[in-house]
Amino acid sequence: MIEIENLSKTFTLHNQGGAVLRVMEGAALRVAPGECVALTGASGAGKSTLMRMIYGNYRAASGRIRIGGLDIVQAAPREVIRLRRETLGYVSQFLRVLPRVPTLDVVAEPLRALGASQDAARDRAAELLKRLNIPAPLWQLSPTTFSGGEQQRVNIARGFAHPFPALLLDEPTASLDAANRAVVLSLIDEAKARGAAIIGIFHDEAARARVCDREIDVSAFAPKAAA
Amino acid sequence: MTDTPLLSVVGLTRRYGAHLACGDVSFDLWPGEVMGIVGESGSGKTTLLRCIAGQLAPEAGRVMFDTRADGPRDVLRMSEPERRMLSRTDWAFVHQHARDGLRMGVSAGGNVGERLMAVGARNYATIRRSAEDWLTRVEIDPARIDDRPTTFSGGMQQRLQIARNLVTGPRLVFMDEPTGGLDVSVQARLLDLLRGLVRDMGLSAIIVTHDLAVVRLLADRLMVMKAGRVVEAGLTDQVLDDPQDAYTQLLVSSVLQV
Amino acid sequence: MTGTVQQADYNFAYLDEQTKRMIRRALLKALAVPGYQVPFASREMPMPYGWGTGGVQVTASVLTPQDRLKVIDQGADDTTNAVSIRRFFEATAGVATTTRTAEATVIQTRHRIPETPLRDDQILVYQVPIPEPLRFLEPRESETRKMHALQEYGLMHVKLYEDIARHGHIATSYAYPVKVEGHYVMDPSPIPKFDNPKLSDCPAIQLFGAGREQRIYALPPHTKVVSLDFEDHPFEASRADHPCSLCGATDTYLDEVITDDAGGRMFICSDTDHCEARRARGHRGKDAA
Repeated sequence: MIEIENLSKTFTLHNQGGAVLRVMEGAALRVAPGECVALTGASGAGKSTLMRMIYGNYRAASGRIRIGGLDIVQAAPREVIRLRRETLGYVSQFLRVLPRVPTLDVVAEPLRALGASQDAARDRAAELLKRLNIPAPLWQLSPTTFSGGEQQRVNIARGFAHPFPALLLDEPTASLDAANRAVVLSLIDEAKARGAAIIGIFHDEAARARVCDREIDVSAFAPKAAA
Repeated sequence: MTDTPLLSVVGLTRRYGAHLACGDVSFDLWPGEVMGIVGESGSGKTTLLRCIAGQLAPEAGRVMFDTRADGPRDVLRMSEPERRMLSRTDWAFVHQHARDGLRMGVSAGGNVGERLMAVGARNYATIRRSAEDWLTRVEIDPARIDDRPTTFSGGMQQRLQIARNLVTGPRLVFMDEPTGGLDVSVQARLLDLLRGLVRDMGLSAIIVTHDLAVVRLLADRLMVMKAGRVVEAGLTDQVLDDPQDAYTQLLVSSVLQV
Repeated sequence: MTGTVQQADYNFAYLDEQTKRMIRRALLKALAVPGYQVPFASREMPMPYGWGTGGVQVTASVLTPQDRLKVIDQGADDTTNAVSIRRFFEATAGVATTTRTAEATVIQTRHRIPETPLRDDQILVYQVPIPEPLRFLEPRESETRKMHALQEYGLMHVKLYEDIARHGHIATSYAYPVKVEGHYVMDPSPIPKFDNPKLSDCPAIQLFGAGREQRIYALPPHTKVVSLDFEDHPFEASRADHPCSLCGATDTYLDEVITDDAGGRMFICSDTDHCEARRARGHRGKDAA
């Protein structure tokens, strides 16, 4: 489902004398449907950078990232937009939403974008929020005022609202209590069971051990000549 | 996914005397897409928008629009009646200042109904029902249908302008700083409304703004302009999070983080 | 009433022949494009704007020594405006004048169309204050011209919409906009909307002159003129719901006349000639002496 070959990344800092930072070279990995792969490596090794490149958020310097047959590195913006809407989900560490939009609609949004009716999308959103123990009275409020843990769970509900065939999870269990952590892990299990290819970053080793089939140390993709 | 862009701009150039306002701008906009154009004041973004929308004549270039009847046609070579008809039906233009886009001496209902009457609606009750429906959709109390926009707040005026523009079900909306001059809380409400309308109506939109937060929330794609040239274009979050061009990097790093 | 001897110091009908030629050209163009406002070089006339300088110039340009002129103001032949204009042409053109609609060949009018049906050997000249029907909604002349050219008349209905929204019905009661031969929207001058149906398919030539605004427009004989309206709020040629107190007519446009300070009032025909003619034929209203 997800195939990465010979991927490299550089940052050119035009406003700092044009310094070129080479942060990744020769990255390669494959994730099959139903498989969950963890990215590991020390802080700064490039886990998030790699994940952002897979999502198309960072531009690759060279190489290929094929997701469901589309090479993100070469794809036109509209192809990436469609991929993100239909195929590739992403649960980031931070919830970025419009102020004022009720939590229920924030979670329903990915389904609405795919043309689901408001009622159907809200039903699914309610189901997930309930499962993730967000109290119903909060559903009509904007999540911008929520605690960090609540925001995290809203973000997860949003990421799992549509059954994406490919999922990127950035620290999905961080700052969650044991009960909610268990819910998230079972959501991941269910996604795997329906055939989703998942790439995740988990600092939580126990969680990683429970849901991940393999680990890939991104330190191996560090540029060889880099200082 | 359709293979015909809704709008295809090719080599659009406009000068003011020796000054290049926008030079050789090309892009495609696909159905349902929202594209942001950002850049500092004087970078040519508003000139570009007005050239595309047929309000200003460019010196060179083409603006191909996928018309309902005849497929892609160069808007710049259309006759004036055709172009004006297009801007009353399939196109909409939301001005920065609601006063430029509303008739301040006409009631809210009359403002919304004008475009319907312009395309031949002649049934008062039907027009009024549409106006009420649209006021509700833009979150204005329909009881205020007979009030003039002069009695509305800035945010309400802007929402009324949007209702007035969208009532004929356009496919392409041009917006020039739609949230400029509004309070932050009012901006958020407007952005939410716009996003919902864009999604529910399948609108395509081009939004000119200098506010990067606005494009992050509304636009799928982003074009960065400097001194009349497009210096970078791509997915909105990619351009903002991993800017490639020197100017874009400067622009993004200049924004205050909240 | 017959014309006095023409004063020798003036050219026939006051205007010089070059000016009349210029105005006749504008009139011919206006007749060729019914409802279209033709600009013309309006002259200073020896009367203030608002007293019918446009109508007077049109009348001066179409008048021949054989014509018989009638001048009415709000339907009456004896108001200051009507009397002065009639005297003006008696003095400068020496033409015969009349108050009888049927006897006139040229009728200059302000605010009315005579009740007596017009014939194909007659010319009706309207005095027009503001010729542009779109003016109150769109102040830019460049824009209104474009709107006429492209027939973008949605705005006209906005005005009627506003009427209904505010009053529950189309409250515009005079200068009610019309569409001419399916193209130009035209201001029929401030005639009551009761007169609007008489504009259409009229055998006489109808000429409109706006002196201050320097515009001439026209309706050739038998032009189709339709009053704008909504399907569910159709045009109605309304009148006061009374018979004329003097002649008893029930099909004429009436003026309300306050007769005392105790609320007494009567309704009488605004067209004085028509009313007199009816009374001469023996018709009597309830207050007729």
